[in-house]
Amino acid sequence: MTRQTSPTLSVVLTGSGGAGVMTAGQTLLDAVTGGGLYGLMTRSTGPQIRGGEAAAMLRFGPEPVLCHGDKFDVLVAFDFENLQRFAAEIPMDASGLILADPAAGEPPEFLLKTGARIAHVPFAKLAKTVPGGRVSMVALGALAKLIGLPEEAIVGAVAKSVGKKKPEAIAASERGVLAGAAAAADIAPAARLAAPRPKPGARWSLTGNEAVGLGAIKGGVRFVAGYPITPATEILEWMAPALQKTGGVLLQAEDELASINMIIGGSFGGVPSLTATSGPGLSLMIESLGLAVASETPVVVVDVMRSGPSTGIATKSEQSDLNIAVYGLHGDAPHVVVAPLDIGDCVATAQWAVHLAESLQTPVIMLSDQAMGQARAVIDKPADAHFGAGRLTWANAGESYARYALTESGVSAMALPGVAGGQYTADGLTHNVKGTPSSQARDHIDQLDKRRRKIESFDYGAHWAEIDGEGDTVIVTWGSVSLPVREAVAAARADGARIKIVALRLISPAQPDKLAAEVAGARRVLIFEQNHSGQFWRYLRAHCDLPAHVTPIYRSGPLPFRPGEIRDHLMKDA
Amino acid sequence: MNMPLDVERVFKPADYKSAVKPVWCPGCGDHSVLLSFQRAMAELALAPENIAVVSGIGCSSRIPAYANCYGFHGVHGRSLTIAAGLKVARPDLTVIVASGDGDGFSIGGNHFLHACRRNIDLTYIVMDNRIYGMTKGQPSPTTEPDWDTAIAPGGTGLSPFHPLVVALASGANFIARSFSGDLAGTARMIVEAVRHPGFSFLQILSPCVTFRPDQQKGWKDMVHPAMVPETDDPGRAARRLMTDDGFNTGVLYRGHRPPYQPHALAHLDPSELEAEFAL
Repeated sequence: MTRQTSPTLSVVLTGSGGAGVMTAGQTLLDAVTGGGLYGLMTRSTGPQIRGGEAAAMLRFGPEPVLCHGDKFDVLVAFDFENLQRFAAEIPMDASGLILADPAAGEPPEFLLKTGARIAHVPFAKLAKTVPGGRVSMVALGALAKLIGLPEEAIVGAVAKSVGKKKPEAIAASERGVLAGAAAAADIAPAARLAAPRPKPGARWSLTGNEAVGLGAIKGGVRFVAGYPITPATEILEWMAPALQKTGGVLLQAEDELASINMIIGGSFGGVPSLTATSGPGLSLMIESLGLAVASETPVVVVDVMRSGPSTGIATKSEQSDLNIAVYGLHGDAPHVVVAPLDIGDCVATAQWAVHLAESLQTPVIMLSDQAMGQARAVIDKPADAHFGAGRLTWANAGESYARYALTESGVSAMALPGVAGGQYTADGLTHNVKGTPSSQARDHIDQLDKRRRKIESFDYGAHWAEIDGEGDTVIVTWGSVSLPVREAVAAARADGARIKIVALRLISPAQPDKLAAEVAGARRVLIFEQNHSGQFWRYLRAHCDLPAHVTPIYRSGPLPFRPGEIRDHLMKDA
Repeated sequence: MNMPLDVERVFKPADYKSAVKPVWCPGCGDHSVLLSFQRAMAELALAPENIAVVSGIGCSSRIPAYANCYGFHGVHGRSLTIAAGLKVARPDLTVIVASGDGDGFSIGGNHFLHACRRNIDLTYIVMDNRIYGMTKGQPSPTTEPDWDTAIAPGGTGLSPFHPLVVALASGANFIARSFSGDLAGTARMIVEAVRHPGFSFLQILSPCVTFRPDQQKGWKDMVHPAMVPETDDPGRAARRLMTDDGFNTGVLYRGHRPPYQPHALAHLDPSELEAEFAL
């Protein structure tokens, strides 16, 4: 069991779809974080579009909450229908409390086995006793009483979300909350919320998918084409109105073959362009990503990874698209793959992805994942990132123009339509420096060299990885798995362990020299990732000189790594 | 077409010709289409740098490199989508899409439906030779069912795709047909298609002299101007297209659907988007 470095409280709300679990979760997040605490909320649902089982999982603490903990302290069950399907996702133990409506009957076997205390409040019956009463408000009122949250914080959060124009709805919520709180007065309290630690600076509430959209627009993206796919759709839905406000456009494409080609067209016209998708969509885009490489057209493709292959588990996370992102293109097609490290980092990494695509005139694949993308967190406002100049364009100064001139950096100036004298044809065919199709060996090799040179010689700076701490144990990891790693390491450090974390933001091109410097002298190296075949470990082995004593730790989704699981691995041969 | 006529410059067909020599076979209809394109652009007096020619893969799709305009020669079947993105991002450009019957109606068929429906201001020229020429003679969606080939011995037995009917049903705003051998007529149809707002579809019958010489040398005698005047009534257009012999030329339908327009551009600073996240 991991010892938390700050006292956190974990709550899960469960019920069948339509019971209001997700809305109640959002209200609870708003109510608790409104008082100065930090929080995280993830959603888990069954495969049904509407209805079916649902769980809102929340964790609160006085410091930013990176990930879920090892167990939940309180489970609030609106009902127990199909809850056993979430058994693996809701770890609890005897210290926990199950708060349920007695009308819901016995908790499922897996919960009884935990030994958690069971307390009853007749949510539905009480809701009927107050005009406009709702089960969710009664339940939140009872929960508030047990975790030390003032009832008015919940009413205030409801008021904020429904707006002042609906005083009767707010009053009804208040009656429900108070009824629930009164009914819980005789129940022994559960674990309590910690006191907030006052801190300067602004806090934000956002999801990883929203953060990607914001970063993309800050990076200059003004054209997006996309096709709906779980769990990436929210990026498109957030960006559509945001682009309208900032002078951009979003097109809903007929499929992913269209989305990738639409953004290639938009970018050819000079407008930084992006699409967002998940594994199945990325598979469809792969041929045209090769076109973007060959024609040197900058585009950003965000892949919010889910469990695969094929349709897999569309609503749950995995880091199993690394191979296709790095190796999926046919031919020799150097491009860039980056991955954000947390929700706040989604802003800067998306912005960086746009900068890299524009600067290098190449596709950049950004591997986010469902665990970040669809999670909502209250975080400190991310620092503003600045990445300097972008695309090198051609202005006619009287010289003759060669679109694919062989430059030292490998980057050649791109003429934008409308500039007289710059006319060229962007082509997926092997071409010469002018862009004219060619099947000659010299042209083929020159252009392959040029495209490799620009990717490999670029200075990616300090953004390539987040390096944290010093020690003879080095953990190399990436993406959302770095979050429980950070929490487990913080706890281990509090016990005196000396551990360094190298969390890669730049997946490809590999940075063998930089990584070698970070693992030099390490007594042991652990590599953490969430997929079934050790894709990240094998990728690093292929490109980097790793020490002999490397321990790869990999397993598939959909269950997230928890800090305790990381800690167990750290303890082995420590 | 969005560019104002350039009154300062005088344009000749040769201004739209690049230095690249076409790969097409001698006598291929596509040579004539290229000449008609050059004539049409000169007549429209569009500056070459304000035109983009976008294509996919196939014989006809080689055309962008032969025009002295901006061009994009993409992957097989996706020309309409590159063009859609370009036109939406750069509404100031005149975007012309070139394709063939395999590229446009087979691998790119779905995009054809949605481009008609979306009605972005594009001109879509399909050089239809009823064959896959670049891969040396396989049946395409418009090939006759009994045409005997190595890959389909005895013929495909499939009824041919009717691109004009599909275009009409899918919402294309302008539908026309021409014959590549009629240079002036094809140039006139290109001019009309570019001038008409929204998605304009022009089928150009463009013979493949290498793999279909048997049937297509007769096309010259089979084409004829449409017997009835153009219509803006989709019902009338549907009847005439359903019953035509495939060799009617001219404007067959001219609709009034407003073209797709992106929302009015606002210019909020991106940092102002951050307000919604602040607690």
